[in-house]
Amino acid sequence: MAEDRLPAKTATIAPHPRLAELRRFADARIGLGRAGAAMPTAAHLRFTLDHARARDAVYSALDPEPLRQLAQEQGLPLAEVRSQAQDRAVYVRRPDLGRRLDPTGADALALLPTGKDVVLVVADGLSATAVNQNAAALLHRLIPTLRDQRRSLAGLVIASQARVALGDPIALALGARIVLLLIGERPGLSAADSLGAYLTFEATPGTPDSRRNCVSNIRTGGLDPATAAARLAWLVNTMHEARTSGVTLPTSTTPLLG
Amino acid sequence: MVYATTLDHQRFTFDGLKVLMAKATPRRSGDELAGIAAESAVERIAAQLALADLPLRAFLEEELIPAEIDEVSALIQAQHDPAAFAPVQSLTVGEFRNWLLSPEATTEALTALRFGLTPEMVAAVSKLMRLQDLIAVAAKCRVITRFRSTIGLAGRMAARNQPNHPTDDGFGIALSVVDGLLLGSGDAVIGVNPVTDTVDDYVRICHLLDDLRTRLAIPTQTCCLGHVTTALQAIERGAPVDLVFQSIAGSEKANTGFGIDLALLREAQDAAKSLNRGTVGRDCMYFETGQGAALSAEGHHGVDQQTMEARAYAVARAFDCLLINTVVGFIGPEYLYDGKQITRAGLEDHFCGKLLGLPMGVDVCYTNHAEADQDDMDQLLTLLVAAGVNFVISVPGADDIMLNYQSLAHHDVLYARETLKVRPAPEFEAWLAEVGLTDAEGLLRREAPANLLPADLLALTSGGAHG
Repeated sequence: MAEDRLPAKTATIAPHPRLAELRRFADARIGLGRAGAAMPTAAHLRFTLDHARARDAVYSALDPEPLRQLAQEQGLPLAEVRSQAQDRAVYVRRPDLGRRLDPTGADALALLPTGKDVVLVVADGLSATAVNQNAAALLHRLIPTLRDQRRSLAGLVIASQARVALGDPIALALGARIVLLLIGERPGLSAADSLGAYLTFEATPGTPDSRRNCVSNIRTGGLDPATAAARLAWLVNTMHEARTSGVTLPTSTTPLLG
Repeated sequence: MVYATTLDHQRFTFDGLKVLMAKATPRRSGDELAGIAAESAVERIAAQLALADLPLRAFLEEELIPAEIDEVSALIQAQHDPAAFAPVQSLTVGEFRNWLLSPEATTEALTALRFGLTPEMVAAVSKLMRLQDLIAVAAKCRVITRFRSTIGLAGRMAARNQPNHPTDDGFGIALSVVDGLLLGSGDAVIGVNPVTDTVDDYVRICHLLDDLRTRLAIPTQTCCLGHVTTALQAIERGAPVDLVFQSIAGSEKANTGFGIDLALLREAQDAAKSLNRGTVGRDCMYFETGQGAALSAEGHHGVDQQTMEARAYAVARAFDCLLINTVVGFIGPEYLYDGKQITRAGLEDHFCGKLLGLPMGVDVCYTNHAEADQDDMDQLLTLLVAAGVNFVISVPGADDIMLNYQSLAHHDVLYARETLKVRPAPEFEAWLAEVGLTDAEGLLRREAPANLLPADLLALTSGGAHG
């Protein structure tokens, strides 16, 4: 059998031995070898698998059940809203619609208390997979920490077909001082489950991105939920004291922003 | 002015040239996002019919963006050369398409015509063209530029070796450079997109790339693709800057969003030229553009994204640029939705750039939220080679681990060389043979020479985290 396989094996050209050795130092797809000019079959299929994972993540749906349970356990009021982008095909084409609340959202939000320090929003973004895998674990740590720091919470809002700026009309409707929005980041080939967190002080529709602070790459193998929760709680406190966010937030003492 | 077409007793009117241009544009998501696209397939063709009957001269009479409020429009006016325009001045846009495709439009005639054309004229005619037309005409254009290698010669295609790394780690960058060199990529430039935009990192990356280039004696140029102001500070600090890079767009407002204006670009070009680092030429600017850049910066003035892109080429051709590429699939599906739109845009940008006299390259690429995959990239690359593209961009395994998108793999460049028979830049081709990477027929050898991964690579990159 070994002899039968021989022609197939010699058909591929091995990578430079030194490069193969050094590959462990790099995340890049270096030292793949080649089949003629092309990538060998294994490397080619590995790539298509990673792309398939990323594509599935873009089209994945947010599972609200663990978040509903979490809100109940934590005694947090819950609202479920959606943007004006009715499906994924519209969502990827029309970022403007993903930033606007569907009119039914106002009714859902009316059940939440107003004038609180923080509203928590969980948004699907470009990877509901990231939310499904990381959001509950992060919030389990973050909510008690915020309460220990005596921050009042308006509740938890689950938002679908949502962009980062969908947090702005939510914050405005609730008169919440800080909106902390967790959102699935655009999937890459190396990670399709990366969660981002955006914090904005006194957000209103039209708030520029320069007024936001961001903590990204929250996932297994990236920034773990416990560390992320600590960073976010620190940012909430800093914003609360400085009464601002984004580029004007004094973060010179923080080891936390990256 | 109001433009109109009547089809089957239905009258279609277009209020002004920019409305006509937008409605005549082949479908793309960015114009729909901007709310300026044709509302039906028939309205789009009605606009194309009206555009076909429009004299080219109309673009000299009706501005899309007034020069009083936009320095790019003023530049376009200043660049226009009536003598060069003379051979086509009496043509309509539709007749101009016929002329471009005719044997009269030779390489020499197209070269002489460059500054007779405005970006708007070129964008207009492209809207009436199929992919085949965009390829056939671009293939007749020849734009040759030089620094340490000669780019744009007939039968050749260069590649930018793009060794990006998520933390700008010196060792990671160096490994990625060598991976590309072993597959024959790097004759256009070895160019890193830095993660940060600090002068320290810029200077460090310049030294790293320059050390690698000189150690291996590669006849190519290097570039750190930071902001032009960072490049200026690095030059003041004595960094080995070959090419100055900048992203540019087609309006003053969009360029303000990039933190630049024409005066700043001139200052940067002067600084780079003063270093006199080229050997076979002095073309020292490198620009990137892309459809949707102006809209994303809210600087499109209601003009369609393809015309805005062509206007960016007026900015580029005011400088001695060695390289310019559209980042066609990078900006996202809200501007170019799928493989079909990305493919067309890539060929339009290449055509418009070439006709305006630019050394046009393309970053054949897509993001994971676009409806595109490797098959689309294979098609676009193959079509671009047929069109005579000056260069493409390649990364290890088609995966840019810093910018999180897919560009071409170094392997794809090798496919173009072996199957489509385009050779590297001549100086780089000679180097590949000299160091033993290629054989007498110019084909990559099975075994790369051991000395291309010098044992002291670690020492070379001692600035890196693994050093």
